[in-house]
Amino acid sequence: MALLELQGLTKTFGGLTAVDHLDFDVNEGEIVGMIGPNGAGKTTVFNLITGIYPPDEGAISFNGQSLLGLRPHVITELGIGRTFQTIRIFPNLTCMENVMAGQHCRARAGVLGAIFQPKSQRLEEEQIWQEAERCLRFMGLWDKGAELAKNLPHGDQRRLEIARALATEPRLLILDEPAAGLNEQETGELMGLIGQIRESGITVLLIEHDMRVVMGISDRIIVLDNGEKIAEGTPKEVQGNPRVIEAYLGRE
Amino acid sequence: MKDLFVRLKALGQHQGYAILAIVGLLFPWIARTDRWVQVANFFFIYALLGLSLNIILGYAGLFQLGHAAFYAVGAYTTAILSTRFDVPIFVLLPLSGLLAVLFAVLISRPILHLRGDYLCLVTIGFGEIVRIALRNDVSSLIFLAKVPGLRFLEGKLKDMVITGGPNGIFGISRPSILGFTLRQQWHYFYLFFAFVAFTIFAMRRLENSRLGRAWTCVREDELAAEAMGIDTVHVKLLAFAIGAAWAGVTGGLYASWVTVIAPESFSFWESVIMFCIVVLGGTGSIPGVMVGTLGMVVLPELLREVLLNIQQWRMLLFGAAMIVMMVIRPEGLWPSQRFRRELEAARERVAGAQA
Amino acid sequence: MEQLPQQLINGLTIGCFYALIALGYTMVYGVLRLINFAHGDLFMLGAYLGLVTLMGAAVNVGISASLLIFLLIFTAVMAVVAGVGILLERVAYRPLYRAGRLPPVISALGASIFLQNAVMLIYGARYRTYPEEFKEVIPDVVWNLGGARITLIQVIMLVIALLLMAGLYLFVQRTRVGTAIRAVALDHDTARLMGIDVYRIIVIVFLIGPALGAAGGIMVGLFYGRIYFTLGFSYGLKAFTAAILGGIGNIPGAMVGGLLLGVVEALATGFVSDQWKNAIAFFILIFILILRPTGLLGERVAEKL
Repeated sequence: MALLELQGLTKTFGGLTAVDHLDFDVNEGEIVGMIGPNGAGKTTVFNLITGIYPPDEGAISFNGQSLLGLRPHVITELGIGRTFQTIRIFPNLTCMENVMAGQHCRARAGVLGAIFQPKSQRLEEEQIWQEAERCLRFMGLWDKGAELAKNLPHGDQRRLEIARALATEPRLLILDEPAAGLNEQETGELMGLIGQIRESGITVLLIEHDMRVVMGISDRIIVLDNGEKIAEGTPKEVQGNPRVIEAYLGRE
Repeated sequence: MKDLFVRLKALGQHQGYAILAIVGLLFPWIARTDRWVQVANFFFIYALLGLSLNIILGYAGLFQLGHAAFYAVGAYTTAILSTRFDVPIFVLLPLSGLLAVLFAVLISRPILHLRGDYLCLVTIGFGEIVRIALRNDVSSLIFLAKVPGLRFLEGKLKDMVITGGPNGIFGISRPSILGFTLRQQWHYFYLFFAFVAFTIFAMRRLENSRLGRAWTCVREDELAAEAMGIDTVHVKLLAFAIGAAWAGVTGGLYASWVTVIAPESFSFWESVIMFCIVVLGGTGSIPGVMVGTLGMVVLPELLREVLLNIQQWRMLLFGAAMIVMMVIRPEGLWPSQRFRRELEAARERVAGAQA
Repeated sequence: MEQLPQQLINGLTIGCFYALIALGYTMVYGVLRLINFAHGDLFMLGAYLGLVTLMGAAVNVGISASLLIFLLIFTAVMAVVAGVGILLERVAYRPLYRAGRLPPVISALGASIFLQNAVMLIYGARYRTYPEEFKEVIPDVVWNLGGARITLIQVIMLVIALLLMAGLYLFVQRTRVGTAIRAVALDHDTARLMGIDVYRIIVIVFLIGPALGAAGGIMVGLFYGRIYFTLGFSYGLKAFTAAILGGIGNIPGAMVGGLLLGVVEALATGFVSDQWKNAIAFFILIFILILRPTGLLGERVAEKL
């Protein structure tokens, strides 16, 4: 059984079919890349998986459990963490606070815990703090922990978003164009980090336009065009596929 | 004035609170006359209301313009149960809070997903409905007897008096503990002071807790918050519930202090005053709410001694002050740091889009 | 309990007033996405200014020239309130267009409080009565429509209201300025690119809306006889309900919504209870916002991510 299974996934907006009977799997421990021309429906697939809106048809199962009808925060609790195509960090919070937010679903303290601060709550806060620190260090942002997120340069903001997603303790990490806007050096570092994330036991599914990244780190690649899967395979197989080349006509 | 604030901040939070506590405890001695202690009591009540609304409006960022409804539920619960069943006040206070919470959960669940201005209107609507219901009293429901099958209601409802209609309820008992009944203004002073102190303590704890962080995230970017595993509906509901609980208890305190309550004390304009206390004082910040209460409640009382006709002009000046404040200092007099940043961000975003 | 036809006539009458006020809300919301809380108080101001000028005219000019004077006063009051509306926009709203969601709400509330209390201080806290003299000019003709009474005065006011609404509709649909208003309501930036002076359009909207509200104010004064400084709050909130009912930002919607709300309210007064009629209006507001916020005639807005 694959970690994530999509079957017959379909979504239309008005007259436009954004995702058309899509089937694919992601196995535990893999790094899977999703590519395709703009408007191919990639982000829509991510939004469907994470429960932002429901599919019109089809099934999504994660770890054997159906994700249909579940609200996004429940899906995150089940173990899927994500980043957004347009960065959606909390701009007026510090980096540390941003990442701590990710730990919300892994803690339990409520109103009474907050006000009276019993031992269990203080222990929990300590753990939240430590986990947030760990994620920030992992992404190389620890020295910027007290800075406001909106003051960070673009590259750091992307990394902050990943750190925050890591703080939700995911089994599957979904990254939407994590390399967008990064320079050469940052991209190289990102590739290394994604590899380390996989080594720590987290499965990765990513959308990317930067071919160096996708071809470089993916075990498998899925190619979308007009909402349909047109190819699937190892980077080498996909690169040589005439349909893929045709869909990208003129693009690198 | 600003200098004083800055120096207070510099003193460090703990010393600052300690000084305020000492001044507070000695106040009835310093004040000499009953009148000023009464003003202080008014200050405390509105400060509590402001702090309770601060949770909903300041922390969670929900536009609540019907907060007086929760206040009313608490006050009337205390009033009715005290005058009819002689339940002691200190038992009624938590009960009032509880009923306010139930009411809040009931009405907020269907409206939580609404966007800012729409939520605003719905809360105004609810506030008005509560006030109208209190004014009409149960006997006004007699029209239901026209429905076939409910004819029996005619006899039952005709003379039923629960809320006391437009005249309200009088003769609410005063709080008593271990045989001692509170009667003087300075008795109430210490009771209210203790409540406010506890409230500030609890609010500060909430601000810096997991829940407080969740509220801030929801306020910053609701979708992202939801995607990060925060149950935004639950978190918003909690804001309403906690805010309502505090307002309800405050209602009970108020009822047992003035011993006479009427629907007009819980009108839309009361909600507006609470709203202004929070926003003009400084949204989301506890010192801001204190300053806001001073400005909206204490200042007019001070001025009354000086300018005789100030009562009439009070609201007019407030209206003008609200406009002026929003133009020159929208973040309030003593804003929370975050809110100031959010406003700057909003301005920058628009400026960027204009460029 | 009065009969159904009478209820309907009453309902349509008050519905016209709601519609006139609702148009102001809906137009401002359309171009600014802002709820002008002070709009109801502009309607109230119209009622008071109408009272003052009518009383002055009745004393000074004499009854014989009345109908013409009446129409002149009507127009004059509309113009003055329109002026106040423009002033309101300039002082309380324009500085806050870039300030976020909260400041304009507070400012609008402040303006509302200011207007209400200004009127209270000038004209007194008790209700005022509209002069009866003008009612004597118009013959006291009453028609009987299937059991319902309708007076000539009522008919005249309905006609004026409907003319104003029709005029507005044609203005918005057929003229260049009207089309510009609709463009700005759809998208500021695109309208600007098309060469439309958005600020000028906003000012025009703040001219028309309050003017219509003022007309409604005078009519309410004439029809019900009594006015008080809190009129703006009750009528305002109900008119806003009407605007939402018809789809906020939708001009024909505001007209339909107003009439519909008037009828519903009249039926409620007759069959339920007079005491609860305001609460019923608010229930309607809440239900619509929860279930179908785009209103009866509004379009569904797709969720953007």
